[in-house]
Amino acid sequence: MNSIIKGKAHKYGDNINTDLINPPQYLEKSLEVLAQHAMEGVDEHFAAKVAPGDILVAGANFGPGSSRETAPIALKMAGVGAIVAKFFARIFYRNAINIGLPVLECAEADRIADGDALEVDLGTGTITNVTKGESYTAAPLSAPVMDILSAGGLIPFLEKKYGVDIDKKDLA
Amino acid sequence: MGMTMAEKIIARAAGREAVRPGEFVWADVDTAMMDDLLGPRVVIADHIRRMGDRVWDREKVVIISDHYSPAATISQAEILQFTRNWAKEYGIGKYYEGLGPCHQVLAEKGFDIPGTLMVGTDSHTTTAGAFGCFGTGIGSTEMLGVLVSGQIWLRVPETMLFVWNGRLQPGVYAKDLVLRTIKEIGQAGATYKAMEFAGDAITALSVDERMTITNMAVEAGAKAGLIAPDEKVAAYLAAIGAPPGTPLLSDADAAYSERFTFDAAELVPQIALPHEVDKVVDVTAAAGEVIHQAYLGSCTNGRFADLAEAARVLKGRKVHPEVRLLVSAASRSIYHRAIREGIIETLSEAGAMVLAPSCGACLGLHSGILARGERAISSTNRNFVGRMGHKEAEIFLGSPASVAAAAIEGRVTDPRKFLVEG
Ligand code: SF4
Repeated sequence: MNSIIKGKAHKYGDNINTDLINPPQYLEKSLEVLAQHAMEGVDEHFAAKVAPGDILVAGANFGPGSSRETAPIALKMAGVGAIVAKFFARIFYRNAINIGLPVLECAEADRIADGDALEVDLGTGTITNVTKGESYTAAPLSAPVMDILSAGGLIPFLEKKYGVDIDKKDLA
Repeated sequence: MGMTMAEKIIARAAGREAVRPGEFVWADVDTAMMDDLLGPRVVIADHIRRMGDRVWDREKVVIISDHYSPAATISQAEILQFTRNWAKEYGIGKYYEGLGPCHQVLAEKGFDIPGTLMVGTDSHTTTAGAFGCFGTGIGSTEMLGVLVSGQIWLRVPETMLFVWNGRLQPGVYAKDLVLRTIKEIGQAGATYKAMEFAGDAITALSVDERMTITNMAVEAGAKAGLIAPDEKVAAYLAAIGAPPGTPLLSDADAAYSERFTFDAAELVPQIALPHEVDKVVDVTAAAGEVIHQAYLGSCTNGRFADLAEAARVLKGRKVHPEVRLLVSAASRSIYHRAIREGIIETLSEAGAMVLAPSCGACLGLHSGILARGERAISSTNRNFVGRMGHKEAEIFLGSPASVAAAAIEGRVTDPRKFLVEG
């Protein structure tokens, strides 16, 4: 995974929940369809606006609600390269990491405006706002999280760690 | 220093003497539950083949098809078919379909065991906390990891303590209590944390009622919602022939990140206004709001006592002509008991439409979807935009009695006026 992510900010508010990110009526459809309808509950044009690598920026508590991993998957497939928020709901946070979508908790997320050009350095947690000439610091990712993200998500992480013939006794 | 229930259960699962909040541990999972919506068909089936092509322990895996059952579309039917076949192929004997929402089925089938760690591909797996079982929701990829290894990494959460003293007044229920709690801390107030509920108002509740509270812990962002298992839990488990488990209780000197105290006697019926679970007011403050659909059901409030309370409100009365009252028992066994005890008859005579025990209407998949501009009152746990149908529909959340009372009047109203003994 690339440790520097550059893209345009798409800015939303607080408490953007999983029913808004990934409306339940599409769950029986393909992942491609879910991606086309990503964020539809707050912004019907989201999927059309996002260019690959763009950064979704939100306020407090991004992703509360369902355990549906299809929420971060839909965002990733829509092109989102990373998400910056003040903080995330727990299950969403884990799911995003597990599917290899970087999530950064940054208290200064409010300083970022819709359309700002951003550069996110996952290694250091530094978020550079090119448009405003500012930089912010995100909370450092914990070791297990970094391990999983740098493998590209939980599946490659598990494959690398346990190979194809998994025996429980081999676990760390 | 002592430990909280949450810490003790995680320590046990991690094979450790003690753990502290903030530590990362690898823990052994006691029960892994998948549903149809986010179970085998998302990610898992594709990838498990490359990782040994088997689950770590078939006896510890449960699959419950509840969201799409009975199917409303061909794609829903295919998801059910896929899930059913997958369970067979991987030798999962504990496959249940058409019995009701997973969290109720888990309890009735004896998987909510004190002192154990349960993970499920559904956020309301916190429900199991009513039995002193650390239940938490996980995503599908994470479940894949559990299926192949039997383990999961966890950050030991801080615990917040909510003490409810005194007794709830007639017409005020566990649902009102949990809505009031969420109002206090907000929908993100317990993010990454465990919520523990205690006090004589909690111990006075039945296990079924406690499940309403732990079910909704995730609506405040919690990782788990826990209540100390007591003799009521032991009796519940004994009655269904389930093992008693190892009840783990918080030590007297356990460290809580925060403590809250409430007086149950002062609580009046609560209601969550559209579209946020923490936008909670006294029901009287929302009185008069017009509703078109009233839904009584779900893993939050579709248990026997819930149906019985609604029947008490509706007995000898009629559902408002412009309201659809939909009733879905939280399990087949609850449905059977409600038939035997005349509850279904009372509800049906009042004008209720009785549905299959299922998730359907709760998340707008089938059996009662809302049109643009429609408003519902629901005994469920989420009133997010688009949750029960059109994104311009609105949902109020309340107790079963509040749902029944609103169904009679066609408007939100205080249920207590229908509960005065005549
Ligand atoms: S009844 Fe509703 S909240 Fe419960 S598991 Fe089903 S969809 Fe989820």
